[in-house]
Amino acid sequence: MADIVSTVVDNYNYWIYITLMMIGLYAIIAKNNLVKKIVGMNIFQTAIILFYVSIGVKRGATIPILEHAHGSHGYGVVHAAEYVNPLPHVLMLTAIVVGVATLGVALALAIKVYNEYNTLEEDEILAQIREE
Amino acid sequence: MSSQYPALIVVVPLLAGLLVFIAGWVNKKWCFPIAVAALGISAYSSIGLLFRVINEGVIVYKMGGWDPPMGISYYVDHLNGLVLAVVSVVAFLNAIASKRSIEDEFPDNIGAFYALYVLMVTGLLGIVVTGDAFNLYVLLEIAALTGYGLIAMGGGRGSLSALNYLYMGTIGACFYLLGVGYLYIMTGSLNMVDIARILPDLYQSKAVMAAFIICMVGVWIKMAFFPLHAWLPNAYTYAPSASSSLVAPLVTKVMIYVMIRFILTVFTPEYSFNILAVSQPIVWLAVIAIVMGALLALKERNLKKMLTYIIVAEVGYMVGGAWLGNRVGMTGAILHIVNDALMTLCVFMAVGNIVYKVKGADFENLQGLFRKMPFTMGAFVVGAMSMIGVPPTCGFFSKWYLISGAIQAGHYGFMVALVFSSLVNVVLFFRIFEICYYEPFSDHHGHGDEHGHHPEPAMDEAPVTMLVPLFVIAVILVLVGLYTGDIVNQIIDVAIPKGLV
Repeated sequence: MADIVSTVVDNYNYWIYITLMMIGLYAIIAKNNLVKKIVGMNIFQTAIILFYVSIGVKRGATIPILEHAHGSHGYGVVHAAEYVNPLPHVLMLTAIVVGVATLGVALALAIKVYNEYNTLEEDEILAQIREE
Repeated sequence: MSSQYPALIVVVPLLAGLLVFIAGWVNKKWCFPIAVAALGISAYSSIGLLFRVINEGVIVYKMGGWDPPMGISYYVDHLNGLVLAVVSVVAFLNAIASKRSIEDEFPDNIGAFYALYVLMVTGLLGIVVTGDAFNLYVLLEIAALTGYGLIAMGGGRGSLSALNYLYMGTIGACFYLLGVGYLYIMTGSLNMVDIARILPDLYQSKAVMAAFIICMVGVWIKMAFFPLHAWLPNAYTYAPSASSSLVAPLVTKVMIYVMIRFILTVFTPEYSFNILAVSQPIVWLAVIAIVMGALLALKERNLKKMLTYIIVAEVGYMVGGAWLGNRVGMTGAILHIVNDALMTLCVFMAVGNIVYKVKGADFENLQGLFRKMPFTMGAFVVGAMSMIGVPPTCGFFSKWYLISGAIQAGHYGFMVALVFSSLVNVVLFFRIFEICYYEPFSDHHGHGDEHGHHPEPAMDEAPVTMLVPLFVIAVILVLVGLYTGDIVNQIIDVAIPKGLV
């Protein structure tokens, strides 16, 4: 039992990202309103961003900028353990941009759908399509 | 110059995409020449690159001169050299063919359309050429986002279908990204070749297995593998014909390439087929995909929608062939990427011509088409024969390899599914031929015709700019069929690692 608890607590970042991801997936599948689905999709993407950011973090480490880089000759060696891993964070900058672009395209499509059917509720749209 | 081909393939269309968008504001006449010139340069570079790879072997291009694994490298071997050539040629031909229908369907948005078109090709070519797993994700999203735009351009139900595609596409890309994240945790690298070098010591790890399966699921959603296919038929049916004949041949095929790249290069065939031991269930899933795709196609009464379900079945062919776990099946899957892209382009271009003239692809609209549009229908017949698998068209040869692979692997279910789907294709296409050929030309005047005599329909063929690319692709279908031996011996055989027998 103690093992399970410690596994859960030690890896809490994974639990949070999976929970968020499932919330997002639930919204995409179960919600009836198209904009709520878009919000769910955004939560889904954010969960993965959280996952990436959390794997770069180290306890007691600092941001990846050289300490005493100027003027101090005593500091020659860079210890990777003293810095957080910047690569996942940089990757996520790109992923955030992608996420924003996706959100923009999705909202633009939602506007087009609204102009077409005068509603954003999926069941009402489907009813209109069936009538055609 | 030729040493810069890998970069040119992507950079030229990327810059052209921005240029076309500006040209759309200044003077719409410039959009088409710029787009076609950019796609032409891409196609020329891809074909040049393929010949260089055949002669010199694998090419690694370091973007900006940064060494891998720190920098992003473009990695071209026989496998993606072949796919690059196909993708760029398909995009180039379709751009020429669709000029008239684009001017017809959205005269106000020509600039935006060509910008999206060229950017989508950038994304697709980038996915194929890149050797970096995260770079692949970014290009995947470029191709997907522009694809949503292209599909929604048609308006009507296209917007809703594009939105549904967007939900599924985003989930798929996110799964892929998550899988790459796990690979990064385990290996600390994003370069595919570097990951492949580090991974063998970690093959027993559960996290590596999770990474592989999560990536696969993401890619399957993107390629519309059967239970995950729900977004595809509507999105492709309600897209304007110029978009659907770009999206339908390429997107699913490029995703199959990504799957094969992961099986063969990032992981070894040894891991994918033996250590993981999930080949059997996946091939059975492919069997279900083929059968269900064929059955769902049977019930459709719209030519374009029928073809979209055939694509779902064809995806099953390639996934099944790749996962049979032997050399012949893998050869069939790679050859089928080429053939399916070409023949899907052929039939979708023919449908584009029909829609351009008849304004619809429902079965009722197709009556008397052989008289009305003999050249278009001639090319359509070649494409249909290839989809059925009649020699000497190329569709026969890849199906032959797939069936031989199934027999060699002892997987008779897959063999039966392939034969069943071919037979269903015969029914599907000959039903179309029958409607187009035998039934009288529908006459909308509705006068009582007691003599049973119908007026001869006048020939009303699509413009020459649409017909010439269609003929070129129909001829390519036969040529690829005739030169299958060379393609397999010189390219595909080298692309598959020696370890896979």
